[in-house]
Order: sequence, then structure tokens, then C-alpha cells
Amino acid sequence: MSSDANLPIKKPEGEIKLETHDLSLYYDGFHALKNISVYIPARRITALIGPSGCGKSSFLRCFNRMNDLIQSARVTGEVLIDGANVYDRTTDVAALRKRVGMVFQTPNPFPMSIYDNVAYGPRLHGIRERSALDEVVEKSLRGAALWDEVKDTLRKSALDLSGGQQQRLSIARVLAVEPEVLLMDEPCSALDPTATFKIEELMIELMENYTIVIVTHNMYQASRVSQYTGFFLLGDLIEYGDTVQIFENPKDQRTDDYVRGRFG
Amino acid sequence: MSSAQRAWEWFVGKVIRLSGAMAIVFVILIFAFLLRDALPLLRSASLREILLGDTWLPTSEPPKFGMLPLVLGSLYVTVGALIIAVPLGLATAAFISEVAPRWIQEILKPTVEVLASIPSVVFGFLGLLLVGPWLMELLDLPLPVFAGLGSLMLAFMAMPTIVSVAEDAIRSVPTALRENSLALGATRWQTIRRVVIPAARSGIIAGTLLGLGRAIGETMTVLMVTGNAAVIPEGLVGILRPVRTLTATIAGEMGETAYATPHYHALFMIGLILFVITFLTNTIADIAVRRSGGVAQ
Amino acid sequence: MSALPRTSPKVSQAVAFALLWIAAVVVIVPVAAILAIMLLKGGKGLSWELISSVEEGLLPAIAGTAALVALTALISAPFGIAAAVYLSEYARAGTLVRLIRLAIVNLAGVPSVVYGLFGLALFVTLLQLGRCLLAAACTMALLVLPLVITASEEALRQVPRRLREASLALGATRWQTIRKVVLPNALPGIITGLILSVGRAAGETAPILFTGAFYGLTHPFPRSLGDPFVALTYKLFVDATEFPHVEEAEKWATAAVLVALVVAMNLAAAVFRARLRRARRW
Repeated sequence: MSSDANLPIKKPEGEIKLETHDLSLYYDGFHALKNISVYIPARRITALIGPSGCGKSSFLRCFNRMNDLIQSARVTGEVLIDGANVYDRTTDVAALRKRVGMVFQTPNPFPMSIYDNVAYGPRLHGIRERSALDEVVEKSLRGAALWDEVKDTLRKSALDLSGGQQQRLSIARVLAVEPEVLLMDEPCSALDPTATFKIEELMIELMENYTIVIVTHNMYQASRVSQYTGFFLLGDLIEYGDTVQIFENPKDQRTDDYVRGRFG
Repeated sequence: MSSAQRAWEWFVGKVIRLSGAMAIVFVILIFAFLLRDALPLLRSASLREILLGDTWLPTSEPPKFGMLPLVLGSLYVTVGALIIAVPLGLATAAFISEVAPRWIQEILKPTVEVLASIPSVVFGFLGLLLVGPWLMELLDLPLPVFAGLGSLMLAFMAMPTIVSVAEDAIRSVPTALRENSLALGATRWQTIRRVVIPAARSGIIAGTLLGLGRAIGETMTVLMVTGNAAVIPEGLVGILRPVRTLTATIAGEMGETAYATPHYHALFMIGLILFVITFLTNTIADIAVRRSGGVAQ
Repeated sequence: MSALPRTSPKVSQAVAFALLWIAAVVVIVPVAAILAIMLLKGGKGLSWELISSVEEGLLPAIAGTAALVALTALISAPFGIAAAVYLSEYARAGTLVRLIRLAIVNLAGVPSVVYGLFGLALFVTLLQLGRCLLAAACTMALLVLPLVITASEEALRQVPRRLREASLALGATRWQTIRKVVLPNALPGIITGLILSVGRAAGETAPILFTGAFYGLTHPFPRSLGDPFVALTYKLFVDATEFPHVEEAEKWATAAVLVALVVAMNLAAAVFRARLRRARRW
């Protein structure tokens, strides 16, 4: 087992949806991500693990350019979706974010009805007809396994839902804009085990149609749901590969220490 | 602790508790005194004559205490002021908190504060000597004092209130809501219009109501620039003619009114009406502010 | 996706942001213009003679305003600070506090001319003070009271809880803690708030119209609290509306002095507050 240099990144088999080449991120002077190169396969779940502050969330936010909102953040290198650089000057950021949906750590329903929350995205992107909206809302809520619980209360405020329901609503809201990629930033950290289980089940269902990248603190979650796993430490991608291999037979000592719970 | 010390502690506690309730006492006192000096007017005129009468001639023989022209005068000037101040104030608030680069924010915020601190008599003075004559020439008006001039000056006086309350409300909308909206592919403007402003709605309403209260109660400016003609304003062109507001009537006439005459009581009646109007707008605004605090959680 | 033709979100954003920029300009430019014109015209009419002359000049009005502001501060401070101490140190959340806060909001919203009426009815007439400096200052103190309470309460709440706990843990009573620990630490903040609040008194006209302000006094300076006085705001009002023979330059000079005074009080408070923030050790 080596622990000095980072291992060369192996390209997974099959279709590649997202890739980064030499991606670095700086906050003011701080080098938060160091030359990350990775391939993320389509219609699979890729988990990003590592101790807090290691850069995994910052990394996730490069794919939909949410780091743009932080004034001091600067990015170098390439982030590709279907082979096109998202940091290209001509990229339409709003259109990119429509393709690359994101679910945040804490559910944040807008202070409006359940229906309006889900219809928010489609309306943004120009759908006005009632029937079309109804259809999208139902499909998205079904997709997020929430429909049966809320179909009679669509007009009620989304703020009245439970935490787990709110998080599934956030997922439905993302599904409604028909993204290709789902970025999930510790989507279960604010939820109880039952709600977490539901979200995990849902992720496995969604994998058929979406490329999912999930940042998680919870190694069991990563091993339960993902096919590929990347381990981050202090801004470096230490090891990336097949989830089973990472958890059972890591090649780097630091990965081994982390997945065995020796630090974190 | 000695018993003297304990007694002192008890005494101070009582005094402070009493002082705490003082604000309530004063609101009641103001109301009571207005009532006491306003009600005797009902011996000289009926409530119907007072509220619906179209002639205000308090010193003629017999005097006429119809307050309709004054109420409408206040309404004209205030509504005009809000039509200017609300869109401009809300736009400025949204601009400061969502759009402006930092250096512009640093100019705008103190500008709004300076605007808030300029005395109303100075606004009246500027209207009278500068803006009024200039507008008269520009619009070819018969007089340099008219309702719309009052609205214009009042708009700039009510704006700081609207801007600061609305800005607070917009700022207290959690960043996470903005991020969620942007992550769904919304532009910044779509996010402001569809998420931020609706979430800040209560605070925005409160700011508007407080601005309304400020505009209705403003005295010196309107006294100086609206021409003080107690006539019922007519139609849209009325904004270009002189009017007289409730506040200006009190300020303009109380100086020459003898104590406890019907005219004196009539001016207190106007004060009572103003008090009730501002009490209602402020109470509703307060409830709205509290509600907007709830959204932010 | 959509069948309806519509403006692209990009374009609406550009238009909306342009409008917001225009709104900001519409706010900034007139204020800047007003201040510039005021300085220009006022500066021209301003001379040492004008300021210092008792008969023709501004000195009595400046003195009157200063006396009014000082007296207002003296009267409103003890009441306002006591009420703030109650709200921050004694009160527990409940209906009473809710009502007090509503009353404060409403006091702050009562039109200033209505305060004038109240002052006339209570201080001038019922308490038989007559139209004088004291009656005007009492009226004005009431007007600034809600501001003083709010500002003082904020200053008191800035004092960290651990200081109170440390004092109480040493066996100090509640009042001892307030007097020895809370108030001294909050004092600079309270004073800042007081300056800002009573600054309002320098700019108000309506409350003193019928409670004590006069024009053309036999004694240009009040010799006691029972004397009438002239204030800058009142002088500007009368000059502008009733005495067309007063030279325009003098009117502008009066206005400029008044604005300068009010803005200076605001600036002083702002500077004071900024220093305070830097000096704070907790």
C-alpha cells in the first residue's frame, strides 16, 4: 500500500457523463481543491467521502457552478459534461443548472404550496399550461416517492411537511426540471434513519435515468448506495474507484484508515 | 443582604417595571387628551356634518366644520407620494440587497440615512423655493404650490422608511432559498422575483404601511408646498391644484385659535382622526413585521 | 419545452436590472443635488456676521435649538433608559411585553403635529407651563422617547450574557449587576443612540409650533425654562412662508446651517459607533 503519491485515476468502463481535468479551486489564497482529475460514469451513483472541510462539497459545486456565487472563489482546469467544458465563457449557467440538478444538505422548501414548489422550475423554463404543469408535478412527486403522501394536500404550504418529506420535495423539485445529473450534498444529514432509508431507496430507483453524485459523511451510506467512490482529504482526491474495492481493499493507507474509522 | 438593601432592590425593581409600562401609558394618555378636547366639538356640529361636510370654514359665522376636503386632501397627497415612493423604495431595497456591487451599496445606504435625517421643514423650503417654481414653469401651472408637489416631496421623505424595512426583510430571506432557486436553473432576476420577494412579502408590506403612516402624518412639508386651499380636489387634474391636508390644517390654524372654542375642538378632532389612522396602519405594519420574522426561520 | 413564445429569462433579467439601477440613480441624484445646491446657495449667504448677529442673525435660533435638544435629552434619557432596562433585563416574554412593544411602535408613528396638540393640552394648558422652552422640551422628549428606548435596549442587549452571569455568580443582586456591570458596558452604545434620537428634536417643527416657539422675541435668548424661544426649524419655516422681505440668501443660509447641524449629529453618532465597535473587547 502506498500513501505518498495519489494513485493514477482509472477510467471506469461504460459511458462517461462528467469528468474533470486538473481542476483546482481557490478561495482567496487558499487552495481548496488540488488538481482533481476524475471520470464519473453515466446512470450510476458515485459517492464522495472524506472528513469535513476536505473539499468534497466544493468539488460537487463545480459541476453546476454554484461556486460562482462565492466572490472569492476561482477555478482553474476543466469540468466537462458530455465532453463540453462547463467553465467555458459561452456556457449558459442557468441552462447548465437545469441539466445538473442539486439537492442540498438541508431541505429548503420555498414558502409556497407543495404544488408551487414543484412547479417552480418548469414555470421558470416556460411551461404555463395548467395541464402540462399538473402532469409534471405528479410525475416528479411520484418520482420522489412523495405523491401518495401529499396528493390531497398539494395546495398546502410546503413548510408544513416533515423534514424527510421536505427533502423528498426538494428532490421532486429538481426532478421537475428534468435534469440529467443529480448532485446531492449530504442529502440525509438532517434526517432520521427512516427518512434516510426512504431517500436511499429512492436514489437507487433514480439511478436508472440519472447520473447521481452524492457527497456523504456516512460511509455506510456510501457503501450501501454507490457503485463508485472517491475519497477526499485536504483538497486532494486520494483514491477513486469501484465502491467495493475502496471499502474492502483500498490501495492507499489513508483511505484504509478512513474507511476503517481510524480518523474522520 | 441587609433588609435596607433588600428594600432598595425591591424599590428599584418597581420603578423600572413602572417605566417599562410607560409607553403604554403615554399612548393611552395621548388618546385620552385628544378625545377630551375633540369631543366637545359634537356640541357645535354633528358627526355626520364633520365627517361628510364639504365646507371647512371654522371662523365664519356660523362656522362650518366639514372635514371631507381635508381628508381628501390628505388622501390625494399621500396616495401620490406612495405611487412615487413605493416602487422606487422597493426597487432601491432590492437593488441594495441583491444586485448592487459593494461600493454602490456603501454609497446608497448612507444616502438613504441622510435622506431620513433631513428635517421636513427643509423639504418644504426646497419645494417652495426651488422645485415648485421649477415645476410651475415646466408644466405651465397657475401656481407653484399644489398637491403633486407635496406628493413628490413626501415621497422622498417616506422612502427611507420603505427602503430600510424592505431591505431588512429581503436580507433576512435565507441564502439557502436563493441557492435552491439558482440550482434549479433560475436566473438571478427570476430568483429575486419569484422566491426572494414573495418570501419577504410581509416585511415589504410593513415597510409600505410604515411609509404610508409617515406620509399621512407629515406636516411641515405639506403645509408649505400644497397651497392650503380647503377645497375638494377634483379628478386627476386635482394633483396640480392646491389642496389642504389634515396635518397642515392643525399646524396652520392652531396658532390663531383661542382655547376651548369650537374651532379649537375641531382641530383636536382632526388630531384624533390622524391618531386613529396612524394607530391602525402602525399596528397592522407591526403584525406584518412579526410575521415576516417567522418566515426567516 | 414551451409552446408559448416568451421573452428569454436573460433579456428580462437585463431589463429588470437596468430598471433597478435607474431607481438607485433616481434616489441618489436628487439627494446629492439637494445637498450640493444647499451648500452652494447657503454658503454664499453664510457669513460670520449672519451666524453671530443677535438681531438679524441665526445666533438666537442656534441657541434655542441647542437648548431644546439638550433639555429634550435630559428629560427623555432617564425615562427611556429605565424602560429599556425593563425590556432587556427584567421583562419576560408575554402579553405585557408584546403590548409595550406595540405601544412603542405606535408612539413612534404618531404624527409630530399630534404630539404638538398633546403638548398643548397637557403641558401648556393643564399643567399651566404656558408656551415655553420647558413645555416644548417635554413634548419633544415624548416624541423621541420610543427612539431612545429602542436604541438603549439594543445597546443593553449587546452586553454579553456571561458578564451578567459572572456578576450574579459573585452574589450581586440583579440591580447591582445592572448598575455595576450592564449599564457601564452599554453606556457608549446608549449615548450613541441618544445622540441619534434627540437629533430628531433639532429637525422637528410641528411639535414646537404651539408649545413654545416664537418669532420676534423681546428677549432673543431664553433666560429660564419658562421663556419662549426661537429654533432653527421654526425660523426657517417663518422666513420661508411669512416674511418675503427676508433675503433669499439668508433663508438658504438658515437651511444650510440646519441641515449641517442634523447631518453632523448623525455623522457624530456614526463615527462614535464605529469607534465603539473597534474598541469593544468582547
